Amino acid sequence: MLNTTDILETITMIRDEHLDIRTVTMGVSLLDCLDADAARSCEKIYEKITRRAERLVPVCDAIETKYGIPIINKRISVTPVAFAVGASGGDPVAFARTLDRAAAAVGVNFIGGFSALVQKGFAAGDLALIEAIPEALAVTERVCSSVNVGSTKAGIHMDAVRMMGEAIVRTAELTADRQCIGAAKLVVFCNAAEDNPFMAGAFHGVGEPDCVINVGVSGPGAVRAAVEQAPKDADLSEIAEIIKKTAFKVTRMGQLVGAEAAGLLGVPFGIVDLSLAPTPAIGDSVAYILEEIGLAQTGACGTTAALAMLNDAVKKGGVMASSSVGGLSGAFIPVSEDAGMIAAATSGALTIEKLEAMTAVCSVGLDMIILPGDTPPAVISALIADEAAIGMVNSKTTAVRVIPAIGKKVGDVLEFGGLLGSGPVMKISTIDPSVFVARGGRIPAPIQSLKN
Amino acid sequence: MRAVITVIGKDMVGILAKVATACADANANVLEVTQSVLEEYFAMIMLVDITKMTPDLAGLTAAIEGAVPDMKVHVMHEDIFNSMHRI
Repeated sequence: MLNTTDILETITMIRDEHLDIRTVTMGVSLLDCLDADAARSCEKIYEKITRRAERLVPVCDAIETKYGIPIINKRISVTPVAFAVGASGGDPVAFARTLDRAAAAVGVNFIGGFSALVQKGFAAGDLALIEAIPEALAVTERVCSSVNVGSTKAGIHMDAVRMMGEAIVRTAELTADRQCIGAAKLVVFCNAAEDNPFMAGAFHGVGEPDCVINVGVSGPGAVRAAVEQAPKDADLSEIAEIIKKTAFKVTRMGQLVGAEAAGLLGVPFGIVDLSLAPTPAIGDSVAYILEEIGLAQTGACGTTAALAMLNDAVKKGGVMASSSVGGLSGAFIPVSEDAGMIAAATSGALTIEKLEAMTAVCSVGLDMIILPGDTPPAVISALIADEAAIGMVNSKTTAVRVIPAIGKKVGDVLEFGGLLGSGPVMKISTIDPSVFVARGGRIPAPIQSLKN
Repeated sequence: MRAVITVIGKDMVGILAKVATACADANANVLEVTQSVLEEYFAMIMLVDITKMTPDLAGLTAAIEGAVPDMKVHVMHEDIFNSMHRI
C-alpha cells in the first residue's frame, strides 16, 4: 500500500501549504488564421481559439476532482498578434477585442499573446501593435500583452525600449480609474520564453506546435514548510537538498496533470514550468522562504545569495522529475503578489535596486513593482534597459512589469485584488537618463552571443 | 483504478462504519484501511477500488462528507501519490 506518511504529506501540502497547479495554459497557433483582410483574420482567430479551447475548462475541472489538486487558472496563449496585424494591417485593437471575446467564450481568465518580438527591429505589424497596446489593454478585460525588446543573440533594441517606457505610462493613465490595472497586464522581456504558461508574459512561440498544453505549478508554501522543518543548524547544502526534493514532488504533480489534460484534450503535452509563484495568501510567499533560510527580512544583505540557491535548487529538483521542464522554471519575485515582499517593501527593507540585483539570479525580473505616478517614461525605459542588460549578458529571461500609480506618490498603496495583490508605491531614482534613452539604435549583442 | 480516501478530524464513534457504508453504497470496494487515533485526533486512510463505482469521484466525496460532516475528507486518485513519492 501507499505509505501513510507520503499520503498525509501530499494532503498537508495541498490543504495547508497552498500547493496547487497555478495554471494550465493552452497554446494555440494563429499562423493558419492570418489573412489579408483584418475582419476575416479576426473571425478565423475567434473560431480557432473557441474550437481548440472549448473543452479546456471542463477537462481541468474534472482533473481537479480526480486528483484533489486545485487548478487555479485556465489560460490561453496565442502566436504574437503582431504577425496577424502584419499580414492584414488594420487596427490592432480589433484583434485584442477578438481575443477578449474568445477568452470569455471559453471561460478562461487571461489570454496572452497581444505581443511582438522586436529584439532586432520592427517588422510589419510590430510598430502598430506596440502603439495600440495602451488602448487594447484599456478596452479589454482578459488580454495580456508582452513585447520582447532584447536577447543575448540580438542585443537590446533601444528604440523599442523607449517606446515601451511610454506605452507603460500611457497604459497606466488609460486605466487610472481601475488602479492602473492595464500596466499589470503588460510585460517587457529580454530573452522571452516561447513556452511560458504564466501570465502576463505568456505567448505561443512560432516554433511551437499548432496546439499544446503547458502547465505551471507552484508551491512556495510547501517549500517554506519543508525548510521550516529542517534543524536551525542544518547547513546550506542540506537546505538546498530539502528544496530540491520538494521541487521534485511538485513537478511530478504538474507532469501528471499536464499529461492527463493533454491526453484528454487530444493535443500534445508541452512543458511543466516549475515556478515558485507566490500569491498574496499568508504563507504562499517566496520572501518567507528566504526568511526561513535565515534572513530577518527579505532585502537584507544575503538575499541575493539565498535566492540564487533557491532558484537553482528548484530547477534541479524539477529537471529530475520531468524531462519536459521548460518555461521560466525558478522563483518569481513579484512584489505585490507576495505577502513577504509587500511587508519588506513597505518597511523599506526591500528597494528597487536590491530587487534588480535579485533578478540576476531569479527566474524572471522586476515584477509587479508599483512606481510613483509622475515617473517620467524615460526613467522607465532606462529601467527596462538595465533589466534587459542583465538578461542579455547572463543568457537568461528578464522582464519588467511595473505599474506607474497615476496620481499617487511614494508610500501610497495600489490595491489590485485577487492574485495580483496590492503594494506600496516604491521609490525609484529619477536622475535623468533621457539623453541615453533618446539615442535609440541597438546595444550590440554581447561577445557571449558568438557561440557557434 | 484505485482511489485514496483520507478522513481526518476529531475522533468519535462510527467514523469507519459510516465511511465504509458510503463506499459500499457507491459500489467502491475497500482494499485496505489504516487508521490511527492520537489523543483526540483521528486519521484514516482507505484504499478503494473504484473500477466499478457507480457515482464519479465527486459523487463519492459528497456522499462521505454527508456521512461524516464534521471531518475533513479527501478522495484522490492514487496516481497523484505514486507520481509525487515514487521515482
